[in-house]
Amino acid sequence: MNNLYLICAVITMALITYFIRLLPLTFFRKKITNPYIKSFLNFVPYAVLGAMTIPDAFFATGSIISAGFGIATALFLSLKGKGLLSVSLISCLVVLILNSILFQILP
Amino acid sequence: MREYTKGIKDGLPICLGYISVSFAFGLMAKRGGLSVLSSVLISLTNLTSAGQFAGIEIIKSNGTLFELAFATLIINLRYLLMSLSLSQRFDEKTGTLKRLAMSFGITDEIFAVSMQRIAPLTFTYFIGLMTLPIIGWSGGTFLGAFASSVLPETVRLSLGIAIYAMFIAIIIPPAKKSRPILNIILISVAISTILSFVPLFAGLSGGWRIIISTIIASGVGAFLYPQKEGE
Repeated sequence: MNNLYLICAVITMALITYFIRLLPLTFFRKKITNPYIKSFLNFVPYAVLGAMTIPDAFFATGSIISAGFGIATALFLSLKGKGLLSVSLISCLVVLILNSILFQILP
Repeated sequence: MREYTKGIKDGLPICLGYISVSFAFGLMAKRGGLSVLSSVLISLTNLTSAGQFAGIEIIKSNGTLFELAFATLIINLRYLLMSLSLSQRFDEKTGTLKRLAMSFGITDEIFAVSMQRIAPLTFTYFIGLMTLPIIGWSGGTFLGAFASSVLPETVRLSLGIAIYAMFIAIIIPPAKKSRPILNIILISVAISTILSFVPLFAGLSGGWRIIISTIIASGVGAFLYPQKEGE
């Protein structure tokens, strides 16, 4: 892999990613009044995070079983109203404990 | 200043989540033959997970710049929707330079956390929110690339759930309060699952899957629950 290619590759990725991010925020200043578009944009974050989490989370830990328990833990704690950091840390801990056991049994 | 500190505080969990993911990115980049410096440079200039992982795959196989550009565009196209969504939340008088600076920090997590804020979004808060995640993302990449094997495999794998647990913690509280939000999440998850497992869609990249799920689910939401004036 030569350096010129690598530099061009990094610049290409960076510029495209940045332009996608800056175009609407920088050049779109009007407030949208159309109730359908407003509603659509409000739903975007939830739809994005849902689609990114399921099913990928099940394959994030090397074992569907530990991932499943991790997801269940996160759901349970979130429903209980726990904050982002504690939900994340406790879920990791649950997965770590299960993985330690599982990887012993199934090498 | 209080806005900045608030942003920093809200950014801390994102930063911690990023360290584990970017750690994995650092490992992967280093194994793919990249130097520590170029791995960190990619993270510092791109600040995105899926796009970088796909980018490394293409760079490793010496893919053309066009292929790289196209994949980056498709996978990161969702930021266009997020950026548009954010443009509605800032004061119209917010200047161009400030907007250019904030644009750099639009990621799934920073976006999600900023959107759950009830108080009006400000430039200072958003910059505060970006700060730690950028450090965590670049720092984690450095750690992963530099010491590709400090953590035992079991620990590294277990950290993989961190980012998803965070996503869940972000979307569940609003879903509990709002039936429409819950329905939209369920629709999006259903579409994403179908696109992942039905053989017909096997060729679809992760980026496309997220874009399609988001557009359909949010579209259904807009149609079923248009927002009344003043909401």
